[in-house]
Amino acid sequence: MLKIKDLHAGLDGKDILQGINLEVKAGEVHAIMGPNGSGKSTLASVVAGKEEFDVTRGYITFENHDISELDPEERAHKGIFLSFQYPVEIPGVSVTNFIKTAINETRKSKGQADMPASEMLKMIKEKADMLEIDRKFLSRSLNEGFSGGEKKRNEIFQMAMLDPKLAILDETDSGLDIDALKVVAKGVNKLKSDDNAVIVITHYQRLLDYIIPDFVHVIMDGKIVKSGTKELAYELEEKGYDWIKEELV
Amino acid sequence: MSFKDKLLSSYIGLEDYLEFDSPLHDVRNNAIKIFEEKGFPTKKDEEWKYTSLNALLKPDYSVYSTKERNVELKNVRKYFLHEIDTYKLVFVDGVYSSFLSETTHDTLDVCLMSAALNKSKYKAVIEAYFNKAAKSDSLTALNTAFTKEGAYIHIPAHKEVEKPIEIINFSTGNEAAMFLQPRNLIVVGENAHVQIIERHQSLSSNAVLTNSVTEIFAEKRAYVDYYKIQNDEASASLIDNTYISQQRDTVCRVHTFAFGGNLVRNNLNFYQKGENCDSTLKGVTILEGKQHVDHNTLVHHIAPNCESHQDYKGLFAESSTGVFNGKIIVEKDAQKTDAFQQNNNILIDDKATINAKPQLEIFADDVKCSHGCTIGQFDEEALFYLRSRGIGLKEARALLMYAFANTVLESVKIPELKTRINKLIANKIGVSLGFEL
Ligand SMILES: Nc1ncnc2c1ncn2[C@@H]1O[C@H](COP(=O)(O)OP(=O)(O)O)[C@@H](O)[C@H]1O
Ligand SMILES: [Mg+2]
Repeated sequence: MLKIKDLHAGLDGKDILQGINLEVKAGEVHAIMGPNGSGKSTLASVVAGKEEFDVTRGYITFENHDISELDPEERAHKGIFLSFQYPVEIPGVSVTNFIKTAINETRKSKGQADMPASEMLKMIKEKADMLEIDRKFLSRSLNEGFSGGEKKRNEIFQMAMLDPKLAILDETDSGLDIDALKVVAKGVNKLKSDDNAVIVITHYQRLLDYIIPDFVHVIMDGKIVKSGTKELAYELEEKGYDWIKEELV
Repeated sequence: MSFKDKLLSSYIGLEDYLEFDSPLHDVRNNAIKIFEEKGFPTKKDEEWKYTSLNALLKPDYSVYSTKERNVELKNVRKYFLHEIDTYKLVFVDGVYSSFLSETTHDTLDVCLMSAALNKSKYKAVIEAYFNKAAKSDSLTALNTAFTKEGAYIHIPAHKEVEKPIEIINFSTGNEAAMFLQPRNLIVVGENAHVQIIERHQSLSSNAVLTNSVTEIFAEKRAYVDYYKIQNDEASASLIDNTYISQQRDTVCRVHTFAFGGNLVRNNLNFYQKGENCDSTLKGVTILEGKQHVDHNTLVHHIAPNCESHQDYKGLFAESSTGVFNGKIIVEKDAQKTDAFQQNNNILIDDKATINAKPQLEIFADDVKCSHGCTIGQFDEEALFYLRSRGIGLKEARALLMYAFANTVLESVKIPELKTRINKLIANKIGVSLGFEL
């Protein structure tokens, strides 16, 4: 589904990502862990098409098509979804109106008509209930004045509505208490199927108790320095990252 | 002959026809002297540094409409807030249109300045209020000298006006170039409430220059909610001079939506004369092409324990230019003043410009005064966020423009008006979103 080959990307002539190789197949869950500043969010943003970063080497394919030249919205239309580490506040635009716009813009790109209002409402209700989101919350301005946890839950709500093929969750667990974490994990697991894939970026093994990864990768200084299975996450939780550094030397 | 000379000579013609015993006679004569002395402002005047009237003064304007022209309701209906019931004062080329208007004398007066100036029953009000809040700058004085027609609104004490009042000035293009000087007087009695919508609308592509003066008097505990819709043709220019005099415990709010026209200058002046006044000045400006809008605000805090809130948002595309000149004066006696001013601008294109200048003159020591001004581009992170959810660049920008203007829109108290303004904004930025905000 997603193939990243020797990806170098950065800003102002300085590479943040220094040769990432990663392959994610349909049906898989990958976890990416790594210290602060190692390039996790940068990787997620580059896959989602953030133009601020220059790709200097390597390429990204999605379902066997090179997506390097595509706009962020075109990538979204193909089924790539990024749950932001820091979702942006948009005053004056309600959660409901925002998600309606996002869904109908995606449909428009595929030559489909707008989703009928009744169908939209039914889906909104169903996904909000699943994520235990109060209906009142949906008429609030997008992310404005939301707590950290509310923002993350809202990201997962949007993910559930958009039903992506590849979901990248960038530290969706930070700011969540254990109950909220379980609800979010439930949402992700419900979405999961053999046809789609999830990349979970996290600092803590905690989330991985609920969203069980097939592979765990450790990223340091813009490179994947170690890959393994979910046991690697426990090891990192216990011993931190230093031992990997030592191993590398 | 320069436009100034033309005006001076047509004043002599006007004087002949005015009644000499009218109390206004001296007021007019003094006013024309001020205009004769000062003339039109130029860029040498500090207050007019960024706005030049030169090009505007070139056409050979008709000062009075020579022919009467009817406009058909079906052609202008869209300019009214026809979704709801309103009082209407409609002027066509400066002449009152009884056909399009809906006035009243039933407990409140929503009628004509010409009637108020000539009928003895209004004499006391005219003497007490007319030209009492207006400044004596040259443009206001020019309007005063020629005062003939406009809205006269008098709300008696404790009256809550049940529907909004619309003041609409149409120009038909009957004359090759038309100079209009509406003069409005609005007196809101003690504890009375009123909502007013003002609009200037050209119906042709002929040149129009309007020099409008509006005086608003809010007696104690009065509530005045005023909306200015400026979405005129590219050949129409407007100089709006509005003076609001607030007695104690009053709330006065003015929202200015500046989307159209060639050149617009808004001189918006608030005078807080009693304690516990609350003044709100908000605006959304969205310009393109070579449009120019200059907001010149004054909040004069004269009495203690008052508040003022200013929030102006501007979006400037292509080679449009904006000016925001916000002056706050806090007099020595105006202790515990809380004055807030915010002006945020987004330059959509490189060629657009904004000149922003806050001016604070504070003579009291126990005051809270804050002001902030930003000039920027779109927030890239926010754009990326929207686009990553499948929303195209153009629509994403539109959503951000709405979000940006929202702090002003959210305080529009007439829902149908808010919907209208949303549509105007959507039109202006060239997108249709599948919902109304
Ligand atoms: N917009 C940016 N401008 C400047 N530096 C950036 C920007 N985004 C990321 N970086 C730098 O790139 C490195 C990786 O950041 P990031 O991908 O956010 O790390 P992580 O998500 O792993 O904590 C850091 O050194 C960070 O300072
Ligand atoms: Mg990060």
